[in-house]
Amino acid sequence: MPATVRIPTSLRSLTDGSAVVEVQPGKLDELLGDLATRYPELGERLLEDGRPRRFVNIFVAEDDIRFLDGVDTPVGEGQVVTILPAVAGG
Amino acid sequence: MTKSYRDVVNEAKARIREITPTDLEHRLDELTVLDIREADEFEQGAIPGAIFSPRGTLESSISAHVTDPETEIVLYCAGGARSALAAATLEDMGYTNVWSLEGGFTRWKNDGHSWRAPESLSSEQRGRYSRHILLPEVGEEGQIKLLDAKALVIGAGGLGSPSAIYLAAAGVGTIGIVDFDVVDTSNLQRQILHNVDRLGRSKVESARETLTALNPDVKVETHDVRLSADNVLEILGQYDVILDGGDNFPTRYLVNDASLHLRKPVVHGSIFRFEGQATIFDPYQGPCYRCQYPEPPPPELAPSCAEAGVLGVLPGIVGSIQAVETIKYILGIGETLVGRLLCYDALTQEFRTLNIRRDPDCPACGDEERPPRLVEYDATCAYPGAVARLN
Repeated sequence: MPATVRIPTSLRSLTDGSAVVEVQPGKLDELLGDLATRYPELGERLLEDGRPRRFVNIFVAEDDIRFLDGVDTPVGEGQVVTILPAVAGG
Repeated sequence: MTKSYRDVVNEAKARIREITPTDLEHRLDELTVLDIREADEFEQGAIPGAIFSPRGTLESSISAHVTDPETEIVLYCAGGARSALAAATLEDMGYTNVWSLEGGFTRWKNDGHSWRAPESLSSEQRGRYSRHILLPEVGEEGQIKLLDAKALVIGAGGLGSPSAIYLAAAGVGTIGIVDFDVVDTSNLQRQILHNVDRLGRSKVESARETLTALNPDVKVETHDVRLSADNVLEILGQYDVILDGGDNFPTRYLVNDASLHLRKPVVHGSIFRFEGQATIFDPYQGPCYRCQYPEPPPPELAPSCAEAGVLGVLPGIVGSIQAVETIKYILGIGETLVGRLLCYDALTQEFRTLNIRRDPDCPACGDEERPPRLVEYDATCAYPGAVARLN
């Protein structure tokens, strides 16, 4: 059973419009690497030297990876990874 | 020969001292203020901090309120006559620093000085707020808290419209609105404070008309300015709770920095196309905006609603959630969104809650003793404030 990555509206133009992308479970950095291979432009936007850029918040299930094990956080089968940039509209 | 009422009042005024409302306001914290009116008058509203001590029992009860005869005392009534007579009596009793408020509470109110909302509800209010009063979590006491509360809505736009309307309907007694813009046709698809008759007029004035027409109990304070490092503390400082419904990153980071200085909670709402986020950033109790978002996305990834579009009803959902959180915060009920980020997706019709935490190394709130210097941010919202503070 794969894990899923939720893509925010502002980045969906880089995933051919997909809101959810299925990936193989594993460590988060492997999973992000896989995502970057399939969607190079997305990878460039999100990652710098394989690390998430500062404006990108990544959650595994309900928790921010900054308070888990960062890119070493394991992502299990069926778990949801959420990519969440700030939005400013009001 | 008898004296008329006017004669005795004039005689009293000739021998006592009077204080103007402006002078009293300046020294309100230092003076002992006694409201000598009757109970039904006091209940309709009073000067903040005033002690209720009706004139009929003033002589017998004064020693309970004032132990030192040199205490500086201000007496007030509705128009300044009864308090002049009462001041003369207190002087006769040996109190040496007594003033009567010139023009009384009527002039105090008319001159625009702040006054406390009634401590008990009028019969009209009991009717208006009956569905709140029926809730055990609110009740008459909770409704009075709402009437006493002061909330600032940043932006009279998509988010500010529903939140301000619901706060006004709920009887939040003072609502401030900050916006420097004017009403435009393209606003009306979502900004329900405004209407076609208000096109071209100031948004804050339009908001005032809508809110006071809905609930005349509410005092609407308008701030027709752009928030800046120079005015943000003064404006936010007047309120108990801030609702951030702004439309740009620099203002959001500025509001965050100011909230850390003032230790006031910011009820956050933000939207983009079909998605919205809401939380409460409660200074030093939970994460701040910069803990959660150390940097904004680059501008090409974060177009404004004007550039990228937004579903008109989306801010209706998110702004209403901000109003709910504000009311819960004022009442002290339920579980607030402090430490939780509520994400709403209108396309999938899903709400999700993510856990957010305070970052111990946050450049904005990491050092509680030294809140960040207030600066005008550019689009990058980079953080010279922290550098300036740490140096």
